Amino acid sequence: MSATSIEPGSFTEAPRLPDVLPPAKERGKIMGFVHRHPTIVIGGALVGIMVLIALLAPLLGTKDPTALAPSRRTREPSATYWFGTDMLGRDVYSRVLYGSQVSLLVGFSVAAIAAVVGTALGLVAGFMRGVDAVVMRFMDGLMSIPPILLAIALMALTRASVKNVIIAISIAEFPRVCRLVRGVVLSLREQPYVEAAIASGTRTHVIIWKHILPNTLAPLMVQATFICASAMIAEATLSFIGAGTPPIIPSWGNIMAEGRALWQVKPYIVFFPAIFLSITVLAVNLLGDGLRDALDPRLAKRL
Amino acid sequence: MLAYATRRVLATIPVILIVALFVFSLLYIAPGDPAAIIAGDQATPDDVERIRASLGLDRPFVIRFVDWLWSVLQGDLGNSIFTNLPVSHMIQQRIEPTLSLMALTLTLSLSFAIPMGVIAAWKHGTWIDRLVMMTAVFGFSTPVFVIGYLLAFVFALKLDWLPVQGFTSISHGLLPFLRNLILPAVALGLVYMALIARITRATMLDVLSQDYVRTAKAKGVGQRGILFLHALKNAAVPIVTIVGIGFAALIGGAVVTESVFAIPGLGRLTVDAILRRDYPVIQGVVLLFSCVYVVVNLIVDLLYTLFDPRIRY
Repeated sequence: MSATSIEPGSFTEAPRLPDVLPPAKERGKIMGFVHRHPTIVIGGALVGIMVLIALLAPLLGTKDPTALAPSRRTREPSATYWFGTDMLGRDVYSRVLYGSQVSLLVGFSVAAIAAVVGTALGLVAGFMRGVDAVVMRFMDGLMSIPPILLAIALMALTRASVKNVIIAISIAEFPRVCRLVRGVVLSLREQPYVEAAIASGTRTHVIIWKHILPNTLAPLMVQATFICASAMIAEATLSFIGAGTPPIIPSWGNIMAEGRALWQVKPYIVFFPAIFLSITVLAVNLLGDGLRDALDPRLAKRL
Repeated sequence: MLAYATRRVLATIPVILIVALFVFSLLYIAPGDPAAIIAGDQATPDDVERIRASLGLDRPFVIRFVDWLWSVLQGDLGNSIFTNLPVSHMIQQRIEPTLSLMALTLTLSLSFAIPMGVIAAWKHGTWIDRLVMMTAVFGFSTPVFVIGYLLAFVFALKLDWLPVQGFTSISHGLLPFLRNLILPAVALGLVYMALIARITRATMLDVLSQDYVRTAKAKGVGQRGILFLHALKNAAVPIVTIVGIGFAALIGGAVVTESVFAIPGLGRLTVDAILRRDYPVIQGVVLLFSCVYVVVNLIVDLLYTLFDPRIRY
């Protein structure tokens, strides 16, 4: 008897199989996620806390971060002045908390702008052979200038403002996204399903929207996270050397730049913003590492 | 080999040209009158007029660019607006501390990061591996000036082992030179070390699972021989690549490190130039650093053939 022949009468409904894998309870799901991707959870939580601090800065026991109080200059950290006061009597705790607003604003904006501009140019370069060579040589040129130096040169041209800082750092960062997206596009173009779509006359913008963009999303997200981290360092660096956020706005780089003159006797003015900056950048980097591992298991094995 | 080298050298020329074009046109991208930008906020109309004439702004852009490029090729980067000295001369005066800092940083980073990465890959999954990787993530995330202040605070202020700031030329003896430069070099090198250690570990993990490593093990090659002769040589290409790419971070970091440790180098020159809006100096330094970066990556490309003779394109 061949294995495939079934006698007419023996055809009964298959018994309902018990659920081998019962639906995980909500708590189990969350714990499972935490267990599998600890870096995403830790990084994400820390970033979340920093965002909350930035948004709720006025409510967290802060005073006016720019209020001068010459009679209370350079007080050591105490119960009244948690992080002490600087050489103009301003409350360092309030300045550091408000400083997180600048850092996060610059980090997120640069990541978003670089991702959008870089993706657009990368798609153009990947799809239009004629433009490709020109765009990519231009990107090679931009990428040959060390990013911080490029941002410094751009800032030297314009007035100091948060907007200009964001633009300058975005210009320094977007070529990396452009190169990444172009690479993804070029490899996707060789894929049979994209070739089929092209052959069957699908219009280019539909191909880009339905076939290409969804596939660039994962590497793009990871890249954007790392750009966010380096943008925050770049902002602090620019402010620190006096070519960034205007001194009147409390940003971590500015607080450190002002504390620099006194750091040998009053190191806390420099160290509190430094700690906040490092933790924030670390959190974003952890998030990026975790996302990369989760979204690209091949890379996860390697790095 | 020679054909490959020639092609690679020739390929850098357009890149350097684009960098030069960009550096030159920086002044003209900005909104407003370049002469007024250079002159700054406190300039009198006469100053602006003088600068306009010296820039030759009445001539077409392309001609000005070619003129400028021609004089740059002859080593003339223009004169500083602030000191009126030739920019090339100012760069020469300041180049020694920066070169020393970068050389020491590079040496330190390579000699620590590569063994760290190799050991992490060898002891894959153990606490040593995790420790190296954690240190790398921290090294990544801490800005150069934060590490700089921390190191200076601990080793110079609290322990009083090393000088807080300054620079001593190597011509005054190796020990004073190293005592001044060791903290800046460690601060600057941490990010670089993190980058190199990570990529070393990753590629070594790949290489160590290859058949020829097992063969080497089977024929009785010692652990050290496998790690440092068989595996490391085959892992070299990605490592030198990251050394080349990471050089950008080294240059950017040097600008900041020199500010923290009061080292009178090119970084300080850049920062001073920005504060004074001394544009010819900024152009000169950006152009110089970018060319160094391009040349370093050219050397990396040429090293590929040394480590991997299969590369012949």
